[in-house]
Amino acid sequence: MSDDGDLNTLPLEDMHVAAGAKFGGFAGWRMPLTYPAGVMKEHLHVREQAGLFDISHMKLFLVTGIGAASFLSKACPIDAANLQLHHSKLSFFLNNDAGILDDLIVTKLGDDRFMVVCNAGNAEADETHMRDLGRHYNVVIEPLDRVFLALQGPAAAQVMADVGVGDGGLLFMTGMEPRDNWFMTRSGYTGEDGFEIGLPEKDARELAAKLVADERVMWIGLAARDSLRLEAGLCLHGNDIDATTDPASAALMWAIPKDLRGDGTFVGADVLREKVAAGAAEKRVGLKPDGRQPVRGGAQIVDEAGNKVGRVTSGGFGPSANHPVAMGYVATPLAKPGAAKLFAEVRGNRIPVEVHSLPFTPHRYVKG
Amino acid sequence: MAKTYYTQDHEWLTVEGGVATIGITDYAQEQLGDIVFVELAEVGKTVGKGDTAVVVESVKAASDVYAPVDGEIVEANDALTGDPALVNSAPTKGGWLWKMKLADESQLDGLLDEAGYKKLIG
Repeated sequence: MSDDGDLNTLPLEDMHVAAGAKFGGFAGWRMPLTYPAGVMKEHLHVREQAGLFDISHMKLFLVTGIGAASFLSKACPIDAANLQLHHSKLSFFLNNDAGILDDLIVTKLGDDRFMVVCNAGNAEADETHMRDLGRHYNVVIEPLDRVFLALQGPAAAQVMADVGVGDGGLLFMTGMEPRDNWFMTRSGYTGEDGFEIGLPEKDARELAAKLVADERVMWIGLAARDSLRLEAGLCLHGNDIDATTDPASAALMWAIPKDLRGDGTFVGADVLREKVAAGAAEKRVGLKPDGRQPVRGGAQIVDEAGNKVGRVTSGGFGPSANHPVAMGYVATPLAKPGAAKLFAEVRGNRIPVEVHSLPFTPHRYVKG
Repeated sequence: MAKTYYTQDHEWLTVEGGVATIGITDYAQEQLGDIVFVELAEVGKTVGKGDTAVVVESVKAASDVYAPVDGEIVEANDALTGDPALVNSAPTKGGWLWKMKLADESQLDGLLDEAGYKKLIG
């Protein structure tokens, strides 16, 4: 097995050990990959009932101060001052070339108070990036020491009510601070209804124990988190998006408010405008391999003549879709269903793949 | 009953009349997790010890299964096309992967017996 020596350990690791988790390294953390039920059952359980994920590897930053909104509107393509109270927004840190340094969720908790949730693998770089930019603003950037749990699935809201936390009146992509040092949003990364809750370790132990004691809930590992997000068409930074891709090629322009695309002054805005005007050379798309054989990240995509026209960035098997699912980038003229016959190269074979609309399994968010 | 041999790569093989039936161990299938696809061995192909004979794909990853000895592949387990999960549910029975005609039976001497394999996986 892998050498886990230098990995960070989750605060609730003992609970995962007790639940029979198999661990592996991810983004510098020793993470539960699967529990005894296995990835397939875990995945399907989330779509049928509710699954509990320990996502404490992700980093919460509390951003406060009278300059907080201006700072965030510089750091990300959002209008933080006009973001509605309690609303969350998917956004990015871009570099000066409009490359995606990280994707993140910003939630407005007050006029001068925001929560930023970043990816584990980029947390350190994100903090440095924010502190560099933040020098010019009246802003306090505070990395929080929290356990971060996600409860996902159609039974999530009822379970939250039954354990006495409730849904806080939240709808999809809104968030609040229900108790001291708690942060809760109605969101997630599975395509299902659900909640993400950042809270102190002691509270988290109590809540997690209550949640998994409910027969509708089981622990879900990182392997199923990956297959769930892939079916839901959601990007994994480092695979599907990175500093060499921009929101236009990544088909994520929807996350940028329209007026900001025109006159925003966020980092990377000018280059992004140029890229949008010129037209992205390639686009991120869903890819459905023909047959049963999964196509994995790293596979090349070729046309009938064998010309390289793209690449797979994430791929695997979709237990709910019940067929292999993938996403990747293809040349823009080919980036629509049926535009061309495409093939993924796997171990010397060409597997036919078709451009498929995302998500592969419908989102079931509760939007009110 | 034919003797069962094991490899350091978590394969088992049984030999009858110079033909080995090969699969992965229960330990290996548990490590791999849910198998969703098996790229079957190519019947008629001659493989050397250490060559990839079969690829098993779990939800998350593809894993090579190597030929434990030299020989010619004489049969692939076609049942795995329709039901790859047999590798999980019956790794040493219905989930066998391929059969090969041994080129040199003395290579079997270098493999582990059951006691040796049990020691390996602890």
